[in-house]
Amino acid sequence: MNDYQVKLRSFEGPLDLLLYLIKKNEVDIYDIPIAEIARQYLEYLELMRELNLDIAGEFLVMAATLLYIKSKMILPQEEINLEEEIPEEDPRRGLVQRLLEYKKFKEVAQLLKEREEEGSVVFKRFIPEGERSLEFEEEIQGFEASIFDLISAFTKVMKSIPKEEFKVVLEEEYSVEEKIDFILSLLDRKGVIYFSSIWKRIKNRMEAVVFFLALLELIRLKKIIIRQIGLFGEIKIFRPLPVAVHAGR
Amino acid sequence: MQGDKQKLKNIIEALLFVSDKPLSLEHIREVVEVERSEIKSLIEELRQEYLSNHCFRLREVAGGYQMVTDPEYARWLRKLFRGGRKEKLSRPALETLAIIAYKQPVTKPEIEHIRGVDADGVVRTLLERGLIRIAGRKNVLGRPILYATTKKFLEYFGLNSLDDLPPLDELVKMEETDGNPQDTGEN
Repeated sequence: MNDYQVKLRSFEGPLDLLLYLIKKNEVDIYDIPIAEIARQYLEYLELMRELNLDIAGEFLVMAATLLYIKSKMILPQEEINLEEEIPEEDPRRGLVQRLLEYKKFKEVAQLLKEREEEGSVVFKRFIPEGERSLEFEEEIQGFEASIFDLISAFTKVMKSIPKEEFKVVLEEEYSVEEKIDFILSLLDRKGVIYFSSIWKRIKNRMEAVVFFLALLELIRLKKIIIRQIGLFGEIKIFRPLPVAVHAGR
Repeated sequence: MQGDKQKLKNIIEALLFVSDKPLSLEHIREVVEVERSEIKSLIEELRQEYLSNHCFRLREVAGGYQMVTDPEYARWLRKLFRGGRKEKLSRPALETLAIIAYKQPVTKPEIEHIRGVDADGVVRTLLERGLIRIAGRKNVLGRPILYATTKKFLEYFGLNSLDDLPPLDELVKMEETDGNPQDTGEN
């Protein structure tokens, strides 16, 4: 169960994934075993690739950072530093700072989520948009837009408008099979169908054609019988004699 | 005299009853034109009254007062609205809101640096939902847009003001015990 979740869990970003690995491995965030974590991190990227998930560029940048830190930690420190007693900064420091910062906000996010849950059980007056309602007394500051803002906004809009392409799309709204089923079930219920009553249900030419094809098909299969009473008389649709139906099946 | 007071209380109640947004003391004062202290005590009376034998509560939220239903009746109200509330916020949206709430006014690159991912889509969603607003431009290269949370944000999370959020330093402390390998077994 756990493994299953792990594989499907989507990470919001490289920091999210790193925090997850740190927690999973139960290691100290201030003393990350970088070689091991980097290895697992890369494994995840590999897994994500296998699952055809989109790997954002940020994940790759972090992979490079991890490898860089790893290499820095493996390399022996230069002796000059030791002599001059300048303590070499832990190459992990920057990363740890970022992780801690991010973790704090993740916790706030969790808190907000809880509050959102709590809020979902209280209901307040709701006034639909456009009706008389109050505005929040917000300090609306706005911001100056430059000509470049306008141009970039305009380009975005233009790009979002799809190019006009005309294609003839034949929608398959009706199928012969569906109509056959319909006719048969109607016959089962009513015993007889008046041809004229069928046309009342039909919405367009396409449906009429399909309906007609269905009737022809049923006649061919000898599943229905058509009778007309007199010239221009009412056309009735019947099932053949019950015996014939059973024999047919 | 007693009747006047009751009437004033009824007026305030009517204002709260019809408002779809939390009403600030100042806003109520503009309408009823009496002392803030008097309004405050009447609101307190209403709040007390609602606590006994009423289906609604008076809450202080987003710097104002708002009538909401008692959580006890959520079950039926959800049924009434067939589901009820809008879509819940996603994890990225909540994280981004958290960052904006504490760091405001803040630019998109600053948010992105903290979360380590692109914030374009999330910021747009939050703007559309009215939970954040544009608060101006930062005076640095490129003059990036600054974002801040709105009153609707406070209302949505049932906060009276941003001070209701815990200080980040406290979260650091929680953090340190959490990061300690000995403690992880308990979680």
